[in-house]
Amino acid sequence: MTAGTDEVLSFDEAIEKYDPVLGFEVHVELNTRTKMFSSAPNAFGDVPNTNVTPVDLGLPGVLPVVNGVAVESAIKIGLALNCSIAEKCYFARKNYFYPDTPKNFQTSQFEDPIAYDGHIDIELADGTVFRVEIERAHMEEDAGKLTHMGGSTGRIQGAEFSLVDYNRAGVPLIEIVTKPIEGAGARAPELAKAYVAAIREIVKNLGVSDARMERGNVRCDANVSLRPYGQEKFGTRTETKNVNSLRAVEHAVRYEIQRHAAVLDTGTPILQETRHWHEDTRSTTSGRPKSDADDYRYFPEPDLVPVVTNEAWIEKLRAELPEPPAERRKRLQADWGYSDAEFRDVVNAGVMSSIEDTVAAGVSAAVARKWWMGEISRRAKLADVEPAELGVTPELIVELNALIESGKINDKLSRDVLDGVLAGEGTPAEVVEKRGLAVVSDDGPLLEAIDGALAAQPDVADKIRGGKVQAVGAIVGGVMKATRGQADAGRVRELILQRLGVEG
Amino acid sequence: MTDLIHLSADALAQKLAAKEVSAVEATQACLDRIGAVDGAINAFLHVNTDEALLVAAEVDKARADGDTLHPLAGVPIAVKDLIVTKGQPTTAGSRILEGWQSPYDATVVKKLRAARMPILGKTNLDEFAMGSSTEHSAFGPTRNPWDLDRIPGGSGGGSAAAVAAFEAPLALGTDTGGSIRQPGAVTGTVGVKPTYGGVSRYGAIAMASSLDQIGPVSRTVLDSALLHEVIGGHDPHDSTSLTDPVGALVEAARMGQVEGMRIGVIEELQGEGYQAGVLTRFHESLDLLRSAGAEIVEVSCPNFRYALEAYYLIMPSEASSNLAKYDGVRFGLRVVPDGAPTIERVMGATRAAGFGDEVKRRIILGTYALSAGYYDAYYGSAQKVRTLIQRDFAAAFEQADVLISPTAPTTAFKLGEKLDDPLAMYLNDVATIPANMAGVPGLSLPGGLADEDGLPVGIQLLAPARQDARLYRVGAVLEALLEETWGGPLLAKAPAILKIAGGK
Repeated sequence: MTAGTDEVLSFDEAIEKYDPVLGFEVHVELNTRTKMFSSAPNAFGDVPNTNVTPVDLGLPGVLPVVNGVAVESAIKIGLALNCSIAEKCYFARKNYFYPDTPKNFQTSQFEDPIAYDGHIDIELADGTVFRVEIERAHMEEDAGKLTHMGGSTGRIQGAEFSLVDYNRAGVPLIEIVTKPIEGAGARAPELAKAYVAAIREIVKNLGVSDARMERGNVRCDANVSLRPYGQEKFGTRTETKNVNSLRAVEHAVRYEIQRHAAVLDTGTPILQETRHWHEDTRSTTSGRPKSDADDYRYFPEPDLVPVVTNEAWIEKLRAELPEPPAERRKRLQADWGYSDAEFRDVVNAGVMSSIEDTVAAGVSAAVARKWWMGEISRRAKLADVEPAELGVTPELIVELNALIESGKINDKLSRDVLDGVLAGEGTPAEVVEKRGLAVVSDDGPLLEAIDGALAAQPDVADKIRGGKVQAVGAIVGGVMKATRGQADAGRVRELILQRLGVEG
Repeated sequence: MTDLIHLSADALAQKLAAKEVSAVEATQACLDRIGAVDGAINAFLHVNTDEALLVAAEVDKARADGDTLHPLAGVPIAVKDLIVTKGQPTTAGSRILEGWQSPYDATVVKKLRAARMPILGKTNLDEFAMGSSTEHSAFGPTRNPWDLDRIPGGSGGGSAAAVAAFEAPLALGTDTGGSIRQPGAVTGTVGVKPTYGGVSRYGAIAMASSLDQIGPVSRTVLDSALLHEVIGGHDPHDSTSLTDPVGALVEAARMGQVEGMRIGVIEELQGEGYQAGVLTRFHESLDLLRSAGAEIVEVSCPNFRYALEAYYLIMPSEASSNLAKYDGVRFGLRVVPDGAPTIERVMGATRAAGFGDEVKRRIILGTYALSAGYYDAYYGSAQKVRTLIQRDFAAAFEQADVLISPTAPTTAFKLGEKLDDPLAMYLNDVATIPANMAGVPGLSLPGGLADEDGLPVGIQLLAPARQDARLYRVGAVLEALLEETWGGPLLAKAPAILKIAGGK
């Protein structure tokens, strides 16, 4: 992928000159057992073109049937986003020719979405709350997955041939569309990330989606436009498509603000178009021109009857909604006894749910925080993924912690054990065994190492004998080195002092 | 053997049940007849000899074993080639599907198989059911058994001609704007378009989803009722299918009743544009019904005059979307043009080569009608007309239990006569279209021969939605009254059929 060659302004300068307006279309893949309109399994990662029925392939004569569970999920999402739920709504056909769409139309909703006019309150890092208005949430089906072979861009243009996997075709999607978001200013990139994080958190909390961004369960199209401060009319927007990690959402919005500002500074109008986000260069490139007049020839889907809801059903679903994330955060902070700063760090690091699960699995809130904010966050940063995406399970942390508390391993060794587990070498106990990582708890070898260390540093030994107990660290270090870290430092210290006949 | 082919389905079923004839004999008789006459008629696109005989043999064995069988078990049937069948090709009369075989059975075909009715083969039709003469088939026209130079109606000319020429006692058709009833009228046979949703559309290749309906084709009213009960009923694969039970249609046909019934003559479906001989026979039928104790009333449906125009916006709109899937990507014809074939060029070349003129005409018309800026004026207005037609029906059914009209304004025209004049061709469906627009059921039965050309005239009965039984109740009585005046079935008067039978 070539780097974007566009000029950009510094972010600070861009924000000083221009008022950014954002808008998001977030697609959430539901985790229903079957697809939106067929009985094919809704499953990720299976052999291509195996999770398909004649309906998913758009064979002649097939008809769609609405997945009732998906409708309930859509209503739950609508309710969680404080939306009104339509009493009656229709599906519509969005007509366009593209080989990932088996029927050459997508069954979606157009004029009357199932949920509309909602809002969510987004908490930013500094604790301020920003309200994002939700325009609508509607039901539709996902397209198949195209892989373009040959050619340099990985796109259909210039490809020698393309492979298509219809396993994803027909997977239920909820598209959540915001109203234009004004007034975010310099916090626009942060708000963008926080908004998508909030949507992800909500749908995960509802249990209606696996919400794994790396699998495309939550996908974001980010709209950005700039206008001079004080101007009411929106500037021309661009839509950066399929920005599929929280970090990328933040970066893409930041980049587009900088790019727009540079273009506007030259007096050139912004071209209304879609943009492609490139993670490697952290920049966007031009996609296709997109005008509001794109003609999808929408019309009501004649093969489906309207979805009719009623108050009793909606109220039943409302009563079943889980605790909203914001309220949940308040409760968890109180339960865990974290300070405001500690808790905010936990939230910003995206590990609150992980800590909750880990505490539920049987360790203290302090221990869970130590792991998720410490070692796991460190590794996530190195791997450039979210901590929860590393594959560390609450059970694993419980086991590691038990090994530490029993004195079998120490903190340092526990990292090696984690390495082993993540490398697929087995359970923590098995890794300890296989890698020989247990703390040397037999005093025999320790005493041998201590004697060696004392002999190697006789001056230090004398100092200690002379009462300078704080010098013992140098000997402990020598012992730890000799035992390759596999000793309990506390026990080593005790034994050294005993050996030298000094009171600790 | 000749006797067997002339039996009604009901009479044949009784002989089978009484073990007077075997299913193999009955099926073989039809196959022999197809072999003898279909070279001239061209009703069949595919003859399913081996499977039909196999099913017949199984029926005979089951009967010999004393198994309980469906009343129509062993009665052979032909299936319009718009309905998908495993183990046989399905072409929809189009080059674009030539050689394609469905991996699944339409719901109605499953029901035929469950009833163990041997499927004789697939019958000819206008390409994708678009036409009123079967001349738009990519595989050559079907000829009217009454006069081989004349059209058998359309789109289901193959099914009607097969039944009229005694190649099959029963056939399945589909009716979007009259494709079952108008061929029935011009071939002197019976055809029924059930209430929309009364028969599952799953597996019927869609032309216009909100108008399409599968229905029976036969030589007697009772035979259609027998077949209607086999294919009707709710199907979870078709969201638009009704949940009502099929109803006692056979009983209605056997009992018959017109006494005390109010039969409404639709003012707008007679007079100008209707052939004199058609109107003479129509009025004769009214007299017969009156004499049998029915009350003949005049009703007005003023919006029917807009039905044809509205139909030719809604039908092509839906068809343009339904036919988008034929693009060479997943199944059927694929044409790869010379040079660098992009996906757009492959799709374009495939559709250019695979579709005939009438199909292209309707796709273009529908695409235009759905376009941004035209949608409200065309599709939107047409939907409003549709509502008005439904209201006209509702008002008419306040005054009458069933409505009556000629099925088609003329008798069978000559092959080629209207091929270059689409509007003249479309006008043939002026009397049948309103039923599709409103979803109400309609039945066409032979009303005699027009004096000026000696060709069959069709009488159409219409009933309120879900009241299909009324069609059979009234139809059976009128059929009996008419046959009394003719001294036997109308088809006995068909010269060409007798000629062919004698010739071979």
